[in-house]
Amino acid sequence: MLTKRIIPCLDVKDGRVVKGISFVQLRDAGDPVECAKAYEEQGADELVYLDITASHEKRKIFLDVVERTAAEVSMPLTVGGGIRTLEDIKELLHAGADKVSINTAAVENPEFIKMAAERFGSQCIVVAIDAKRREAQWNLADTSSMGETFKYYTPSTAALVPAWDVYTHGGRKNSGKDAILWAKEVEKLGAGEILLTSMDKDGTKEGYDLDLTYNISEAVSIPVIASGGAGQLEHLYLAFIEGMADAVLAASIFHFGEFTIRQAKTFLKEKGINIRL
Amino acid sequence: MIAIIDYDMGNLRSVQKGFERVGHTCIVTRNPKDIANASHVVLPGVGAFKDCMDNLRNYGLIEPILSAINSGKPFLGICLGLQLLFTESEEFGKHKGLDIIKGKVIKFSFDTQHETRNTQHLKIPHMGWNDIKIERRPPALQDIADGSYFYFVHSYYVLPKDGSVVATKTSYGIDFVSSIWKDNIFACQFHPEKSQKVGQRILKNFGDMNP
Repeated sequence: MLTKRIIPCLDVKDGRVVKGISFVQLRDAGDPVECAKAYEEQGADELVYLDITASHEKRKIFLDVVERTAAEVSMPLTVGGGIRTLEDIKELLHAGADKVSINTAAVENPEFIKMAAERFGSQCIVVAIDAKRREAQWNLADTSSMGETFKYYTPSTAALVPAWDVYTHGGRKNSGKDAILWAKEVEKLGAGEILLTSMDKDGTKEGYDLDLTYNISEAVSIPVIASGGAGQLEHLYLAFIEGMADAVLAASIFHFGEFTIRQAKTFLKEKGINIRL
Repeated sequence: MIAIIDYDMGNLRSVQKGFERVGHTCIVTRNPKDIANASHVVLPGVGAFKDCMDNLRNYGLIEPILSAINSGKPFLGICLGLQLLFTESEEFGKHKGLDIIKGKVIKFSFDTQHETRNTQHLKIPHMGWNDIKIERRPPALQDIADGSYFYFVHSYYVLPKDGSVVATKTSYGIDFVSSIWKDNIFACQFHPEKSQKVGQRILKNFGDMNP
């Protein structure tokens, strides 16, 4: 039977590992290749690198990290961050990445997903969706017809049915797209997988956004990786059981040694999740 | 020397590094001479079936592959390198394959009518780690435990006409053929180069086979 995947994620800047808290604070934590090897030793099912290097000129450093990693580990490697052109994808795949994760460029130009999938195959095109729960809009009701004017507010439908907006540019810009509709669209365009991050939960250690994960996972027939918010092993369990995720991504709970991947996998296996030990 | 056939379909570096890590030397090549001189030949590949066949044809690699197989030297197909050996594929219309193994390549298709929160629907592609049931043990699977996990990523699977070529099966909605073994050919749907220790063992076994 197909097992659920546990995927550690490393944020890489200028060739070094960092882990941001809610995309803001950064903390240097070492050599990505050494981390990758340690994670493989612990039984990680895949690995994700997110390149947060700001300048495009420093791309070479990241390509070198990808190349050294692919030479040292024997598990699938997904890389993301700042991918804008087919040439970017080609370079990363050539350096040894197995999949690339695209966010902003996909939102700005959905055809890019299609072109990338046609050129390189759906299996290596991951679309990253950064989703934030849409806040309820409170509308001022019009009471003039009642003869007497008094103010009261009615909630929009967003307050009744949970909905999420898609953010780009590292979570800074609301694209105005609905996350569930966008997930369906990227599937149609040829994405092979969705990396779904809850902006609300990311960095909080409160657990994944299970409603978001469940809604996206059920809306598409491609695999969904839940991301953002893991703080305890129970959270991973809930992402599978309640969120129906196909895989979970986590950074800090593994990265600062709170739990090893093997501990997480043993915990999940004992709770009845189908896991490769 | 192991020749890994390069026809512009996917990441061959990990296959090459995988062999090197277990002590086998190999070259990545599309030169028919290298393929003819190689002791072992590997046909990897990810992407679309038709593109792969087109590239093999355009690079003049079909004859070299057929003669490598006919020469009896160990031949390893990985992922699309398994599917290409078959008669035809139904990926985006019907496309002819190398027709070395009789049979076809078809897409996973699952009934999604009865989804509930408790019975998760099966996703396509079949992506991740799944176990193999060994039905016949080719030299490449020596010392690989039955039930070992390998990394898969594919939406199509092979359906051989002759069941006697089946080496392993894997369960995903149905029991599909996850590897075949016929004479000097071993070809698998999963990726040994991405499957950590058990995968490396397959690459080592393959390279250790006598030509």
